[in-house]
Amino acid sequence: MLTLFVEAISVNAPGLDGWQNTKSILSGDSKYEDIAMPKYVPKFLPANERRRTTAVIKLALQVADAAMQETDIPANNTCSVFATSEGDTHIVDTICVALLSEEPMVSPTNFHNSVHNAPAGYWAMAMESRQASTSLSGFSSTYSQGLLEAATMVCTENLNTLLVAYDSPPPEPLLGSAPMKTAFGTAQLLCPAQRTTSFARLDISLVKDKTSDSMNDHDLETMRLGNPAARSLPLLQAIANHTERTVILPYLDTLQLSVKYSPC
Amino acid sequence: MTDTALKITGYSLVSPLGVGIKDTLNALQSSQSGLRRFDYTDAKLDTWIGRVDNIEDQCLSDDLKHFDCRNNRLAQMGLTADKFANQVKQLKLRYGPERIGVFMGTSTSGIRQTELAYKDQDPATHKLPESFLYQYTHNVFSVADFTRQFLGLQGPAISISTACSSSAKVFASASRYIRAGLCDAAIVGGVDSLCLTTLFGFKSLDVVSNDLCRPWDTNRRGINIGEAAGYALLEKYEQSDSNIAVFGYGESSDAYHMSTPHPQGLGASLAMNRALACANMEASQIDYVNLHGTATLANDSAEDQAVTNVVGKNTLCSSTKGWTGHTLGAAGITEAIIACLSIENNFVPASLNTQQLDPTLCANIPLQNQEMKVDFVISNSFGFGGNNCSLIIGRC
Repeated sequence: MLTLFVEAISVNAPGLDGWQNTKSILSGDSKYEDIAMPKYVPKFLPANERRRTTAVIKLALQVADAAMQETDIPANNTCSVFATSEGDTHIVDTICVALLSEEPMVSPTNFHNSVHNAPAGYWAMAMESRQASTSLSGFSSTYSQGLLEAATMVCTENLNTLLVAYDSPPPEPLLGSAPMKTAFGTAQLLCPAQRTTSFARLDISLVKDKTSDSMNDHDLETMRLGNPAARSLPLLQAIANHTERTVILPYLDTLQLSVKYSPC
Repeated sequence: MTDTALKITGYSLVSPLGVGIKDTLNALQSSQSGLRRFDYTDAKLDTWIGRVDNIEDQCLSDDLKHFDCRNNRLAQMGLTADKFANQVKQLKLRYGPERIGVFMGTSTSGIRQTELAYKDQDPATHKLPESFLYQYTHNVFSVADFTRQFLGLQGPAISISTACSSSAKVFASASRYIRAGLCDAAIVGGVDSLCLTTLFGFKSLDVVSNDLCRPWDTNRRGINIGEAAGYALLEKYEQSDSNIAVFGYGESSDAYHMSTPHPQGLGASLAMNRALACANMEASQIDYVNLHGTATLANDSAEDQAVTNVVGKNTLCSSTKGWTGHTLGAAGITEAIIACLSIENNFVPASLNTQQLDPTLCANIPLQNQEMKVDFVISNSFGFGGNNCSLIIGRC
């Protein structure tokens, strides 16, 4: 059993604009409406770096930044786990098209942005963090993969760790190959010990042959199934409801992630 | 002994040096590089590459056919080399398939399959061919999924993708999962295969050498890209009588630039110092540093400052990329296995292809293999985004 404490949460998706707004929707206080995401500018990046970021990188940076705005824990002393199934498929598309020509010219910025850990690199630069950072993919289980990896960093290294999970629909023609309906990003700052500002305790373990939780609301269930990062929604809902609950998240075939939420 | 240490109880490597440990060791001990001129028939590039022969002839079994792509074919070669899969069978009997984790590193996974699919797309609709199975080939998780299913394992599995540090970081991740009680033993590995994305991508950054890769050389002109699949078995220290172990790991971020290292190698020093602290060791105990040593002007210069700051100017250091090329996401596991071979066979590999050492660099770089007892090795892997990982591998 891995026990850790949540210090901050952020969520950004169409109709979910920040944690306070999301909390009110997930707890049933307000109704979900599919509203386009407002344009986001990562102002904390120097202008030259900001220009190089793509929409997908900005989504990751947006939720990372929003979570760290909610805490006094310094970002430069925080490890990070960036979990994304696809990374930036728009760049993959651009590069694959460029490679079709006789003498391919790949843009150097596109190439360095194509690495799976590109957002983590921008984040570390902007926060001046030299702490450990891991980027991973787990296809539809990406959120659970990220949470488990972050939990092991928190619990075995005793280090505060920011989990950033995000994905964004790919362009045609890759859309059919990586079905995704909506953009979704979420971040959680996870700590090894309870602080006065902690608002959730999570007890995490791997369990066998359980059915993973879904969302009752049709739109939110569509969102959950439409983006790997949105598989976090049942857990976020448990936290929004402020009531102890064990949530089962999808992991690998016969294995699931059991996350017991207790309010602090 | 720190609780982070894990015994290495088996390993396999398929790289430009050949299939399996015997070929690898022969090439290393006879100073035979695995690099060749770029030999694609459908693309032109003035460089050398580290290609693995006969990947094209690999067949995946019917139940794993959907994973078929260059990267997973190479993974299968790694899993069957050195009777690795048979060793895992023994491990399964000992621990149970649900108690063995799979920790894979890759940078580009099966992206070559997507490149090929784009070539075959419908000219009118731009639809990719029906036969293209993105999830099982290109997605970064594919190689961990394939490895887990090929070996019939049921424990946790993870695909780490932090560019060229990916398959060094799997050792850190495996150590944490075992300490957290999520598994009792681990398969760690890395697989990256040649694709046009990295060949032309690195070319766009002007770091692909038209010459052989010559680490620490005055005339170094950059990298030669290679491909490799490497795997290792890790078990708890007290549960194996193997005489080799990974004693510590150190991870850091440069926080400097996306594709250029910190000029003084601050992130790199931090990774090495964290690995020493993790292993509870002093720098003076290190006999050899297997450098990241990509042979670009900036990388070697930054790593030279970092490594001499940590181990001084006397400890032997070499990059083995003159043998294998830069195998990117597989570099960490490739070089961790070379570290094992160095310890078990009492030699320090030379900096192959290096002719004239850059006088502005200070590390102690051997130009010939050195026969000597090697007890502890630091293996460095540094990637884009300033992602660094150092491992300490040693004799028990």
